[in-house]
Amino acid sequence: MRPADILSSLFPAGHQVGEAGGLLSGTGRLDPQTVVDIVGITGKTYPGVDEALALAGRILAIAERPDPAPLLFLVDSGSQRMSRRDELMGLSETLAHLAKALWQAERAGHRTIGLLYGGSAAGAFIATALACGSLVALPGAWPEVMDLPSMARVTKLSVEVLTEKAGTTPVFAPGLDNLFATGAIAEIWDPARPLSDQLKALLATPATADGRAELGRERGGRLKAATIAQEVERLALAHG
Amino acid sequence: MENLRYELSTTTPAGGTRAVALVGVVASGNLEVLLERGEAPDRCVIDIATPAHGFADLWQAVTADFAARSAAGGLRITVNDGGARPDTVALRLAQGVRLMEKPE
Amino acid sequence: MTSPTPLPRSWYEESARGRLAHLLDAGSFTEFLGPERRELSPHLALFNLPRQFDDGIIVGAGALAGKPVLVAAQEGRFMGGAIGEVHGAKLTGLLHAARQLKRDVVILFDTGGVRLQEANAGELAISEIIRATLDARAEGVRMVGLLGGRAGCYGGGSLIAGCCSALVISEQGRLSVSGPEVIETNKGVEEFDSRDRALVWRTMGGKHRYLIGGVDLFVGDDVAAFRAGAVAALERPALLDPAALASEQGRLERRLARFGDATDGTEVWARLGLPHPAALPDLDTSAFLTLANTQRESADAAR
Repeated sequence: MRPADILSSLFPAGHQVGEAGGLLSGTGRLDPQTVVDIVGITGKTYPGVDEALALAGRILAIAERPDPAPLLFLVDSGSQRMSRRDELMGLSETLAHLAKALWQAERAGHRTIGLLYGGSAAGAFIATALACGSLVALPGAWPEVMDLPSMARVTKLSVEVLTEKAGTTPVFAPGLDNLFATGAIAEIWDPARPLSDQLKALLATPATADGRAELGRERGGRLKAATIAQEVERLALAHG
Repeated sequence: MENLRYELSTTTPAGGTRAVALVGVVASGNLEVLLERGEAPDRCVIDIATPAHGFADLWQAVTADFAARSAAGGLRITVNDGGARPDTVALRLAQGVRLMEKPE
Repeated sequence: MTSPTPLPRSWYEESARGRLAHLLDAGSFTEFLGPERRELSPHLALFNLPRQFDDGIIVGAGALAGKPVLVAAQEGRFMGGAIGEVHGAKLTGLLHAARQLKRDVVILFDTGGVRLQEANAGELAISEIIRATLDARAEGVRMVGLLGGRAGCYGGGSLIAGCCSALVISEQGRLSVSGPEVIETNKGVEEFDSRDRALVWRTMGGKHRYLIGGVDLFVGDDVAAFRAGAVAALERPALLDPAALASEQGRLERRLARFGDATDGTEVWARLGLPHPAALPDLDTSAFLTLANTQRESADAAR
């Protein structure tokens, strides 16, 4: 789905969203009582220091407001921008700052919902979609940590061999189904139904602590993470 | 991965009282060796996991030499190999036995 | 009689276990889920790759100058310190405990980022670690990162570092999202020549990060210096709240306004007002600190 169609389906009562430099910003009306703040990264934009700071600034301003308006983060990005200048300026700090801004908004009572409708990868994925309190996706979304050709270069295995291995485990290969199985994505929404209903249903469920490791275990895509984390936590608490 | 196991007779029991020791890291040309107690004092069991296939004879020779010359009796040794040469393997095994002799 | 000065022992060259042994008070360390528990990666065998008993990270508890801390140390020589499912989950579990115990954490970073053979699990683990870090910091837990390992601190590892309350770096420490080879592979050698070591240090090395306020303490490549740095970093402000985040927003915006059109580290250092910026990479630790501390940007509590 394209952003315009997504927004129409999400906010039939109206929305005002502007796009500049690959970033989205605006509001939508979910129902007469509920206004939703909207931010986004669109058109496969690769976020660098400028984009990350602009997004974080907007999100922190929303976090500071006392109302409980939910925050919807639409994501169709590349990976982080790979350049000398971005690293010179401290891209790791700015992407971490963006993740912190989303965490702060959630903590301050604004539900943060990531809606992955296109691509996202690597550091950009961590600082945007994965940093939201809840992450949902639309069919056709294509999250990837690294694309298979690049992975083939690093692992010195052919794309054919990697593709074959990907058939036996969701743990490394790109794609929505694989990320879903590991617990990264809470729900895959149905584009044939009004997205507004699906957003309302999600907002009606209470915000919870990070349950992604448990989800990965239930779905069979990440069998050890929850157990290992719980065991280390138990040992550390017992040690005191 | 190839998994090899050698159950070896030893002449000298391992010294010290330390329960566990770990030496080395799994990196190219290197290996890690985990030493634990629990075997009979006149034998030593060595389990090896290696990505390099077809070197069983070499491992047999290195571990047999180690068991004959070292105070390795009673030890259960597990090796994760990163493609180490025989001299590096012998060095790490010897380091492991020495570490077992040291107090914690 | 004078006591002998201990010989410097390189942090960069040490193993993760060696670093921990010299960082913590003698005899204070207890490991959780150690190698004898054999919690190996369930995924590497698919790629015919050898596994390591601790999956490349040691987590546990110890004391630093008498103060109890939780610690995690990555082993950069095993798979480049890369973060996989078990590796990441060990750190997440430690951070969950840190929040409940309100116990400070010291992380010895040495990582290239996500482990590609288990990329989805590793990527998600980093997101979980970040959330656990921020939740702990909101309770006032200090999170100190030490940056001076062989593998540097790249990819998702650099985002975790960006969530710490204080960072200590050596000249050899490299902190960046995309590594030199990644930039060169994707954007060409004109954008970044990864074999130009001097360019790597000027762009992402310890001195540059210290000068722009990306880290808080600069130390020599020596285990005793890192120990002193960690002790000092544990005294720094740590509370993550709206005020800290607003300050960080302002600090990073000012950085872009001041240096955003600079094309090289030396240009940034010149704008800081440092004399002979081209000579900075050659200065030893104490000469560098004397100069840097007069002009550097500082993050203070804006982190």
